[in-house]
This record gives sequence, C-alpha cells and structure tokens, in this order.
Amino acid sequence: MSGSNEILEEFVQGEYKYGFTSDIESDTLPPGLNEDVVRFISTKKGEPEFMLEYRLKAFRHWLTMKEPHWAHLHYPLINYQNISYYSAPKKPKEIKSLDEVDPELLRTFEKLGISLLEQKRLSGVAVDAVIDSVSVKTTFKESLSKLGIIFCSFSEAVKEHPELIKKYMGSVVPYTDNYFAALNAAVFSDGSFCYIPKGVRCPMELSTYFRINSAGTGQFERTLIIADEGAYVSYLEGCTAPMRDENQLHAAVVEIVSHADAEVKYSTVQNWYPGDKDGKGGIYNFVTKRGICLGNNAKISWTQVETGSAITWKYPSVILKGDNSVGEFYSIAVTNHMQQADTGTKMTHLGRNTKSTIVSKGIAAGKSNNSYRGLVKVNRGASNARNFSQCDSLLMGNNCGAHTFPYIEINDNSAQVEHEATTSKIGEDQIFYCNQRGIDTEKAIGLIVNGYCREVLNKLPMEFAVEAQKLLAVSLEGSVG
Amino acid sequence: MLEIKDLKVSVEGKQILKGLNLTVKKGEVHAIMGPNGSGKSTLASVIAGKEDYTVDGGSITFNGKDMLELSPDERAKEGMFLAFQYPVEIPGVSTINFLKTAISEIRQYRGLPPMEAKDFLKVLKEKQKVVEIEANLTGRSVNEGFSGGEKKRNEIFQMAMLEPSLAILDETDSGLDIDALRIVATGVNKLRTKENAFVVITHYQRLLEYIVPDFVHVLYQGRIVKSGTRELALELEGKGYDWIKKEFSELAV
Ligand SMILES: Nc1ncnc2c1ncn2[C@@H]1O[C@H](COP(=O)(O)OP(=O)(O)OP(=O)(O)O)[C@@H](O)[C@H]1O
Ligand SMILES: [Mg+2]
Repeated sequence: MSGSNEILEEFVQGEYKYGFTSDIESDTLPPGLNEDVVRFISTKKGEPEFMLEYRLKAFRHWLTMKEPHWAHLHYPLINYQNISYYSAPKKPKEIKSLDEVDPELLRTFEKLGISLLEQKRLSGVAVDAVIDSVSVKTTFKESLSKLGIIFCSFSEAVKEHPELIKKYMGSVVPYTDNYFAALNAAVFSDGSFCYIPKGVRCPMELSTYFRINSAGTGQFERTLIIADEGAYVSYLEGCTAPMRDENQLHAAVVEIVSHADAEVKYSTVQNWYPGDKDGKGGIYNFVTKRGICLGNNAKISWTQVETGSAITWKYPSVILKGDNSVGEFYSIAVTNHMQQADTGTKMTHLGRNTKSTIVSKGIAAGKSNNSYRGLVKVNRGASNARNFSQCDSLLMGNNCGAHTFPYIEINDNSAQVEHEATTSKIGEDQIFYCNQRGIDTEKAIGLIVNGYCREVLNKLPMEFAVEAQKLLAVSLEGSVG
Repeated sequence: MLEIKDLKVSVEGKQILKGLNLTVKKGEVHAIMGPNGSGKSTLASVIAGKEDYTVDGGSITFNGKDMLELSPDERAKEGMFLAFQYPVEIPGVSTINFLKTAISEIRQYRGLPPMEAKDFLKVLKEKQKVVEIEANLTGRSVNEGFSGGEKKRNEIFQMAMLEPSLAILDETDSGLDIDALRIVATGVNKLRTKENAFVVITHYQRLLEYIVPDFVHVLYQGRIVKSGTRELALELEGKGYDWIKKEFSELAV
C-alpha cells in the first residue's frame, strides 16, 4: 500500500469538456492594435460618433499605462500586437429569427447546453449569447420589453439607447480605472446590456453566455446592468472556450448600477479553458467587475464560481454609496494543475449603515496557486458600517498554494469589521471515512468539496447551482490518485 | 465470514500486528479487548483498508474474497462497516445526503436499482427509531459540532442504515453516558441477525453486559494472546492485564 500522502498527490488530467472548436465562418481582423483598429471596430459596428470618441480617448489613455503586476500571478509578457481585436461569425448581420443563425453556431450552443430555442421559454431564462465578440441572439426580448425591460446586446444598446449608454457607461468603471479596463473601453466589441425600469421585478433570470471560438483573438466584452429605483434582477453569466495551445486574452468589464431600493444579483460560472495539465494554453482572464449601490437601501450581490482560465485576475466589487446599502460577494475559486487565480473583492463603504459580506472559498489542487485578495474600506462618515469576511482555503496535495491578502482600511470609528480565515487540507481521514461507507475517492472528493462550498452554492439560482456542482467535480476530476 | 490469518502489519517501519489470527462466523459477536496501544484500532483500520498501514504478511478474507486486493470503498460495498473510534466531521454535507450517496453507491455495486426517495425516507425514519437518534442530528452536517457521544451514536445510526454483514465497532462505548450506552447496545442487539456478525472493540466489560459476546479475545503486543468467553471479560475487569502480560512474557521467552 502506498504512503500516506500519495493518495492526494497524483494529479491526472480531468479533461476539459468544452474544448471543441466550431467551424463557423468568421470575419477576423489581423493581429495588431492602433487607432485604425479602434476606428475599424467602431465603423464595423456602425457606432455613433460619441462611441468612437470614447474608444479613442480610452485607447490614448491606455497607451500611457503599464500592465499591472502586483497580483500573485506569473505569466510571460503579453504581446498586445499579436492579438486580433475583432472576430465576428460571418454570416448573420441582422438576425431577426433563429432560422438566420448559422446552424453550426446553434450546435455550438447546444453542445454548451444552451438552447436558444423555444424550450428555453419553459425554463424561463432569457439568454444573450456572445460568441467571440459578437452578440448573436437575445431571446425573450419581446416579452421583457412589455415590462419596459431592455435586454439586448451592447452594440444594439449603443444605437437604440444612446442616452442610457452615455449616462452609465464608464460611470462605475471609468476607462482610467486600470490597464485592462482601458483596453476594453478602446476595443470592446460586444456584450450585454440590461435596464430594469423603476419598480419592476424582472420575472426571469437574465443570462449571457460568452464563448471564445476563433484562434488568436481576444475577447473584450462589456456588460452594463442598471436597476432603476425599486427594481430587481438576477443575472447569470457563463463562459467557455475551446482548447488551444496558445494563450488567449479575455479582458471584460462589467458595470452594475443599483438605484435606491433596487437589487441586482449577478452570478457567474466561469469555465474558460484552463490550459492543459502542464500549463500549456488557456485563457488569460483579466476582468474588472464593479457595482455601485447608488441610492439608499440598494443591494448588489456577486456570486462567482471560478473553475477555468489559466490566469484569473478578478475582483468583483461594490461601492456602497447609498445609506443602508448592502454588498455581497460569494466566491468559489478552484485551481488545478498549473492554474493561477488572484481573485477577491473590494467593498467600499461610503454611506451610513452600509453592510457588506464576503465569503470566499478557495480550492487549490495540482501545482496551482490560489489567492484571495480583498479590501474592505470604510470612509469617514460611513457611520455604523459593518463587514463580515470569511476566507477559507482548501488544499489538495502538497504542491499547490493558497494565499490570503486581506486589506482593511477603516476611517470611521463606528465601523465593525470581522474577518475569519481558515486553511485546511482535504483530509485523508475524511476521504477514508467516505470510502468506508462505500463512496469511492473521486466521489468522496466531490462530496467534501461541495460540502465545503455549500454556503456559496446555496446563493446560486437552482439550475446554475446544479451545473456548478458538476463543474466542481469535473474540475477536480482525477485530482486524487 | 471473516478469516484473518497470520496478519503482520507495520506503520512507518514499526511492526504493530505480529501474526494475528481471527475467525468470525456469521451470527457471532466477538469482543476484542487489550491494553492501550496494543493494536486494536490498527486491526480495525487494516480490515477496512486504510492506506497508512503496510501489510507485511498474512491474509484477510471476507466471504471468500481476498480483502487485501480491494480498495476501502469496495470492502464497504462487500458489506463491511467500521464504526470509528474517532469519527471525522464533513462540513456542509448532511448525514442524510451522505447516506443517500453511500447507499446508492453500494446498491450500484451490487447491481441493484437506486433506492426510491420515499423508501429511503421510510428506512431513515425506521432506523432513527432503532438507535433513538434525533432527526435534527441527521439533518446536520456529518458529525460537525457533534458531541463525542452524538458522534458515536451517529456511527451506529449509519450502521443501521447501511445494514452491513460485518460491523466492527471500535470503542463505540467510550464517551457514551449510561443511557446512551444502553440505547446503542439495544440498537445493536436489534440489528443482530443470524446472517451478520459483530466485532466489538472495548475496554469495558460493562458494554458486554448489554451486547453479549460469543467470544472474547485479548490483543496484546500485536497478537491475540488469549481467547475465551464472556467470563474472560469479567476476569480482566477484576484483575487487569498484568497477569496476561506476565503469562505472555513467559511465553515469549
Ligand atoms: N499512523 C500511525 N503512525 C504511527 N504509529 C501508529 C499509527 N497508527 C498506530 N500507531 C501505533 O501503533 C500502536 C497501536 O495503536 P492502536 O491505535 O492500534 O492501539 P489501540 O489498541 O487501538 O489503543 P487504544 O486502546 O488506546 O485505542 C500504537 O503504538 C500507535 O502509536
Ligand atoms: Mg484504538
């Protein structure tokens, strides 16, 4: 029989199950980035002048910036001139019905488990699918529009609702915010837009699926969600990418505005290709996600399940501006093989009686590195601010790393901040205990990991939770010998 | 049912079991006693298949099958159950969900269809009664925050649910109050049939007043040095282990 640690040491490749490429004819710009490329994208999309100007300002600003390297991540320098900044599935321009959608593309979505067809109506999820950079189809648009809800591609919103775009775009994540946000603002090609009017509770989950398909392209999507006073929406985001040897760049921006008494729940299951077990290929995921609780009693809740990407750099944050506003961050981040994740949140308390909750569950396996980085900031005058943070790390085997970087900045004496952190190893005793009850090691790990993540999984909408549980099991498949 | 022959086991180079023999037939209850550190838990763990131990020689067969060839979960699926001396906690996994998973795995192994939810609930209620365990305990995460006694009782509850043909109870009585001891023992007695067998590891003859063993063995320095009936347990209670140790060291010379 083998030594005591071996059971946890051997890492076999749980194969990435979404790694097919689709044979879709696409319209791709050659690699390279300059003002002409920015203009090309804008022209290609038939954008109004204000948008082009915004892009150019962002691009010029980006040129003055340096790629940040403060995160606990190691990767070779990215050559931004080697990336293609635009790739669109060729055929459909204006899609009015599903018949016009490239059947290959529909098959892609079916493989992903997203059916754009009517059956989706039954499950009550409205889907906007973004492949490479272009939004392909938004289902349920009409039934939503009866309630005054706008749910469409970002490009469409630029044309149809320029006043909303002008008012809100960049209001939470300005292009000056960081290197990747600036890049995104310059070259973003599509994404989703969502506006819930005053007092409306969105009757269904809104969902966007992102998929990178073409080789050598970057994906830079932008999402903007606005919940007007007293509105409510639950938004889901799923991501996959094919297996490729080279790394691909993904730099998205998500902005959420929650007005007084409004609530936005944003759930992500991120499953970009993580690279193979030796660290070849995989998505570089540099994402800026931020929401603002603009009015009193506003609420924003981020829930994320991060299992994919070779590199993850992501800090979904909340600015608690309105009094009594609430920010939440629930996260599961799994890294296996050579994956690296530096993820966490920033809760900025500006209003009075604001409350934030952070629950982070990191799981590291293989030779991966998993870091939690979080900032809780209470400004002067944000009286009675409260934060509770809990950061747990679970290690599988002896070759992975878990790190916690909690930053706390308190400028008001009435603040109450609680921080709890634990690091544990998945116990061989726990596995043996399960084994002894007839549960094999693979299943035992799934059970233990799902149990460990319970608090976060419980925050996900039902069907998403089931998907996430499976994904956790798949991501850690073969992680034990 | 269970046949252990000349079993030699070491851990980290240190020999713990030094040629142990034990035969358990169905319908029987065997008690194993012996001083601390004599190798009782080691024996239980090795039978169940814990990886930390190296089997240097001997054999373990269960219903004619070579257990040393099987993984721990396969041994369990073959009908072997170990009530742990120190049950572990599994946060976030309810005992109910845990048992559901276990039962479906075991049934699948035996080529049986999955148990229907309503049947499962029926059995659950029944067995909760048998071991008088509170429903709220089974709804909670496996052993998380349980008191020592509650953990032990949960082991017996799981045993009742899984209906093993051989159950090894490793000091299930220690940490139990007098009432709980009686309840657990009564539970075990209710679960006794002609078809199954129990190996009860204990330090106290009190448990054996409730669960009456057919045989009592004394494990000392990695071997079974004395076997007898109930009376042996009484004798040990009165005299301690010194006389055994003495007899054994004379024997060893
Ligand atoms: N994993 C291990 N590593 C090192 N030594 C071990 C290990 N497991 C058991 N031992 C040693 O083997 C010997 C037998 O231990 P075991 O737990 O089987 O005794 P026991 O008879 O169950 O004792 P108790 O009555 O105290 O429960 C002890 O000396 C113990 O320290
Ligand atoms: Mg013991």
